[in-house]
Amino acid sequence: MSTTVVEPWTEQPLLRFVGQSSARLVVVMTPAGQVLAQHGFTRAVDLMSAAALGAAIMAASGALAEQVGERAFGALFHAGQRHGILLAPCATPQGALIVLTVFGRETSIGLVQLFYDEFAAALQRAAPAEAVRGPVLGADFEADLNRSLTSLFRR
Amino acid sequence: MSDALEKALDRISRVRGMRGLMWVSADDGLAVAQLLMEGVRGKAVAALAAALARKVSGAAGAVGAGPVRFVQMEAEGGTLLVARAPSDLLVVALADSRVNIGLARLEMMRAVEAVKV
Repeated sequence: MSTTVVEPWTEQPLLRFVGQSSARLVVVMTPAGQVLAQHGFTRAVDLMSAAALGAAIMAASGALAEQVGERAFGALFHAGQRHGILLAPCATPQGALIVLTVFGRETSIGLVQLFYDEFAAALQRAAPAEAVRGPVLGADFEADLNRSLTSLFRR
Repeated sequence: MSDALEKALDRISRVRGMRGLMWVSADDGLAVAQLLMEGVRGKAVAALAAALARKVSGAAGAVGAGPVRFVQMEAEGGTLLVARAPSDLLVVALADSRVNIGLARLEMMRAVEAVKV
């Protein structure tokens, strides 16, 4: 299984998390769905879909939280027959991130959550202080996306 | 049901040397009910005990030993005991080295029987 990263500081924490939790797929992304690191995906289209859907779910649950007077909800867990999904926020000096973890029957939500807490703490420690970001332009977005895809899938 | 689970833990806790007791969901590795001494990391014990039970069950299945009912793991700092109950539950005990394993096992199997009904 391959692990690829756009942001080098995510690599060591991600490798450790994957090794400890036996997760099958992991995506570290921004709340906008921009992928910073991934493990287990082989096709760019699957990764980008998963990131977009994960970001959308977190945004929707955040909006729902506001409606019921909560500041935010914590992690979301979905249990399936063969796979489970943990979608959890992670605060870093680079800003809020979202981690999508897909795991199979060889591990459990208890183990994944346990090691996720360590992963989130490791990302917090590893993240450099926030860089000054310019305005997001359409042209930059496409270039950024292409750069990310090139880094993640080495092509 | 919750009351019955807590009563069962309370009974096992009377065995000398117990540091933590939990009912754990075998599939999820999450605690359902717990009675822990301060400093015991319940979340970690639940997740790792369920993982241990799953691995041991897999090994027993591979050698044709049938379903695993009780697991005992002794370490330098203490003992982890796991008994499988119906309804996908495990009763997990974390004990120090003074524990009377036989008595602890007896109480844990009684707890398993008590939650069958």
